[in-house]
Amino acid sequence: MTTPIVDMRNIKKHFGHVIALNGVSFDVRAGECHCLLGDNGAGKSTFIKTMSGVFRPSEGEMRVEGKPVIFESPRDAMTAGIATVYQDLAMIPLMSVSRNFWMGREPEKGIWPLRTLDLAKADAITMTEMRKMGINLRGPDQAVGTLSGGERQTVAIARAVYFGAKVLILDEPTSALGVRQTANVLGTIDRVRKQGIGVVFITHNVRHAMAVGDRFTVLNRGQTLGTALRGEVDAPGLQDMMAGGQELADLEGSLGGTI
Amino acid sequence: MTDTTSGAAGDERIKDVSPLRRMLIRPELGGICGTILVFILFGLIAGDSGMFAAEGVMNWTVVSAQFMVIAVGACLLMISGEFDLSTGSMIGFSGVLMAILSVQLGWPLWLAILATFAFCMAIGAVNGWLVIRTGLPSFIVTLASLYILRGLTIWGSVYFTRQTIISGVSDRAEGDWLGPVFGGKILTGLFQWMGDAGWIATFTRGNRAGQPVVDGIPMLVVWAIVLVIFGHWLLTRTKFGNWVFASGGDAQAARYVGVPVNRVKILMFMFSAFCACVFSMCQVMEFGSAAADRGLLKEFEAIICVVIGGALLTGGYGSVIGAALGAVIFGVVQQGLFFANAESSLFRVFLGMILLIAVIMNTYIRRIITGER
Repeated sequence: MTTPIVDMRNIKKHFGHVIALNGVSFDVRAGECHCLLGDNGAGKSTFIKTMSGVFRPSEGEMRVEGKPVIFESPRDAMTAGIATVYQDLAMIPLMSVSRNFWMGREPEKGIWPLRTLDLAKADAITMTEMRKMGINLRGPDQAVGTLSGGERQTVAIARAVYFGAKVLILDEPTSALGVRQTANVLGTIDRVRKQGIGVVFITHNVRHAMAVGDRFTVLNRGQTLGTALRGEVDAPGLQDMMAGGQELADLEGSLGGTI
Repeated sequence: MTDTTSGAAGDERIKDVSPLRRMLIRPELGGICGTILVFILFGLIAGDSGMFAAEGVMNWTVVSAQFMVIAVGACLLMISGEFDLSTGSMIGFSGVLMAILSVQLGWPLWLAILATFAFCMAIGAVNGWLVIRTGLPSFIVTLASLYILRGLTIWGSVYFTRQTIISGVSDRAEGDWLGPVFGGKILTGLFQWMGDAGWIATFTRGNRAGQPVVDGIPMLVVWAIVLVIFGHWLLTRTKFGNWVFASGGDAQAARYVGVPVNRVKILMFMFSAFCACVFSMCQVMEFGSAAADRGLLKEFEAIICVVIGGALLTGGYGSVIGAALGAVIFGVVQQGLFFANAESSLFRVFLGMILLIAVIMNTYIRRIITGER
């Protein structure tokens, strides 16, 4: 088996008296979609923030392509090829798609101190990349605010892929979307995975996870309950693991198995 | 999953946008319309009062340029998502500081000016640092510096000179190389020539007979133009400008992609202080004195110019050109009412109404940009 691109072992994170993560192990390999499932408060957000360099783990080991690393900031994680697309903070609505796309990594031309943005290049590449992802823009200066939620996620994913992400962390990309937009985002995940990028797909929707996932890890009360391969587990099984017990099973019975 | 990469053709769900609507979402539009309106209005009611003769033009140009200088600083800061309410106090403070250093302590003028700039920009940096570190709204932090700086200005002035006006700066400016950069005039030869050619009015008697009534363009106007061009270039054409928009649009999202938001904001606070210093240096050199009460209410006037110019109070959107046009509107209205012999207190009524209309317009425009949701 190939070395995982990112390997997190026995990660613990404490905030004062609160133990947010209590031994989480998770890895992601090139070209797979590894779903991290968990109910609200299971520690998903804390975990991905640890993975993307926002938090430093209290204990545990992180390896990127086999080498131990410590991320001081999100920038370090980005340099290592770990890109994160946050649910609501992915884009700045008032700015154009092109300016959002290049934000933080703007192409420049000219000689200092008269270095300017290479707007022509930025716009051309933005349009090409958007078309690849199936988004038709009126123009590169269209504001992100005019895009739908799914399209914004896709722009953010396209941006991460273009800038050479090896691992893409998607924080609940589908939770606020409609059916059709969800299908688009899941399609994008599939396309990205086929390019050899490792995708970490965080969700609490089992059906979305089952649609694209290669492996599934369930997080409950700050701990991983194990990882299952595609085909080894079915949706109800994952649902039970996430809920961590019987209450949901009872409820499900009364609701006729529709949750 | 369907593959959607094929579609280069237009999406049937995206309506074509009319050029009018496209223009409407440019931040400068309100400023352009307002400027045209104001000129037509005063052309009608004050056209024969000398407002559009050389002297009158210079009169409102200088007033507009004053607003412009501080509006550029306020504009960039507001786009980066912060306010500076200490601009007015900073104007008083920097003038008095410079006068104390040069007149009372006997420093050479150029050294006093440079030291004042350095010190005031350091105060700007402290403002920014406090906003970043405490996470408090910049409104509160700079409101505190508004009072602190004004208090220090009056105290310092009284402590050194027993009065609130420090004169004698003009004597110190004799032969100084840096003084004329703020107090001088350019193109004096051109204006003399235009006076000789009879294009602009000249004095007919007295010891200045034969000289044109407008003898050059004050450096304040030059500073205003240079700052507007620089600000516009910085904002729209550079990487840093993109970071300014990003910091104000959504600081957290910007941080996640590696934009140094804190650095951007602190630099913008420093730039705002820089602009206030340019304003006060020009004013001190013109009057030859510094006064502790200079710059009262300037912070609000700067913010009004910026808002009339189409910037959003919440940050992330705006234009330096718009702010400059806002300053022109402000200056022309203020001086125009004087030329039209209107009751000067009505100026405030007018201003309040323009401000209200501008903010309502901006809210509407933002809804258009963000897709009317």
